[in-house]
Amino acid sequence: MALTVAPILSMFDYGFMQHAFIAGTLIAVLAGAVGYFIVLRNLAFASHALSHIGFAGATGAILLNLSPILGQLVITLLAAFGIGIAGNRINKGDLAIGIILAFSLGLGALFLHLNSHYAGQANIILFGNILSVSQQTLKFMFFLTAICLLILAIISRPLLFASLEPELAEAKGLPLTRLTIMLLLIMAIAVTLASQAVGVLLVFTLLIGPAAIATQWTKTFWPGLGLSIAISLGIIWLGLSLSYLLDWPLSFWSSLLVLLLYLLKPLCCLLRLANS
Amino acid sequence: MLITPPVNAIVAHDLSLAYGQQSILHNFTAQIRHGEFIGVFGPNGAGKSTLLKAILGLIRPSQGELFILDKPIKRGNIHIGYLPQMRSQLPYMQFNGRAIIASAKSGYRWGMPILSQAQRQEITRVIELVEAQDYADRPFYQLSGGERQRLLLGQALLDNPQILLLDEPLANLDPRYQESLLDLVQRLQQLLKITVLFTAHDVNPLLGVMNRVLYLARGNAALGTVQQVITSEQLSALYQAPIEVIRYQQRLFVMSKERGIIDYGAHCCPHSEHV
Repeated sequence: MALTVAPILSMFDYGFMQHAFIAGTLIAVLAGAVGYFIVLRNLAFASHALSHIGFAGATGAILLNLSPILGQLVITLLAAFGIGIAGNRINKGDLAIGIILAFSLGLGALFLHLNSHYAGQANIILFGNILSVSQQTLKFMFFLTAICLLILAIISRPLLFASLEPELAEAKGLPLTRLTIMLLLIMAIAVTLASQAVGVLLVFTLLIGPAAIATQWTKTFWPGLGLSIAISLGIIWLGLSLSYLLDWPLSFWSSLLVLLLYLLKPLCCLLRLANS
Repeated sequence: MLITPPVNAIVAHDLSLAYGQQSILHNFTAQIRHGEFIGVFGPNGAGKSTLLKAILGLIRPSQGELFILDKPIKRGNIHIGYLPQMRSQLPYMQFNGRAIIASAKSGYRWGMPILSQAQRQEITRVIELVEAQDYADRPFYQLSGGERQRLLLGQALLDNPQILLLDEPLANLDPRYQESLLDLVQRLQQLLKITVLFTAHDVNPLLGVMNRVLYLARGNAALGTVQQVITSEQLSALYQAPIEVIRYQQRLFVMSKERGIIDYGAHCCPHSEHV
């Protein structure tokens, strides 16, 4: 037993792995909680949009010699506000949305091209690199996570009501648009932080994956939220350990774990059908 | 809860409602007494849902006044229970009925959705009122249309409303479920001594249940007993076109010379949500 555990524990000897675990834990808790509300509110498409738009923000910031995470955060917050204001006029299947998102990736490609040493940067922004999180970034992440969770706690009750029954919630006098904008702004922060771990292309994995799996297995709010955070934590911790042991990137492991866990429920249903 | 319920549940005085430039209802004056069961009818777009929204305080009258329990309309009136017609998010919900009802309990307050013992008891109380104990803890998407409607009716009864607004609760239900839901609403109305406004397409299922009829057509409205309102003369005046009401085996049929049968029962189900 000691033989198998020892190499895993040795990863905590490294400062960058300690940082990665702390950052990963913050990201997992935030993504699990925010993601659960995103799934309930049916806004998964918006997280996808925000992560793509963030790519242009991060690459643009590098070009201007600013911190990429800051550039990404500002752009996604602005985009979140825009999506919230546009509200129901945005059709998820709209071709215009796809074209705008493609343009934001294209813009990112241009910014990278204008930058002299772009190849490595592109890889980090697209697929994340949690192993290079600095002490300063860690403090920034902690601060943002705390703010998001605090706001989420304050708005969670009306947000839950508005998510399940928008028609009734509106009749009861709830400000639906304002609530959605608040969730989108929190989402923008969560998307930015999650992309530090898995990159803008795989934000879906951390933000939507655990929440979607949690809704498969739960029938009420608190167990659903708890399971979403637990799965998110499990994926990050296991993914980090696997990437340390086997050297494949966290982005790959987390997306694989989400896929496997997501397939568990349909598999169980099939087995039950076969048995009966 | 009110200690002495007011005599009038809803009073409209020279009320006009409009969506932007489009006039929906004009110069409507009526009094609905507390404890009445009012059936609200009329063709699509006649303003049934708009009237309910005005009562809820979601739409400001373009003219005239509207009083609820002797007070001016206001948004978020806790004395009104409401069952919306549209349910965009619920049909695929993994949540169970109890959790969905719970989301509405104090759902307008800030904070986290943690329920006290008393609040959980209130949720159990309304589930028992609508006799939904057997399936209140099953995932909502697995329930039949009738079971869902009962749970949502229970939700509308949270916090003892004085007035219950039910917007097309019979739509998408088959006749057997329609009858049992109507029977339940009537029993609850008498038990809880509340005012009910019940919109529907077909007058016939409600004939033995409602005290009076509110009929809306072409911006006009008439309030009275079935004998007063569902007549060829009265409806012709409302529609401003020749209308004939035909009685056949205790059932009423509203006919238009140009368009055939207007009230045809449950003809408005392009897609049923029944699983």
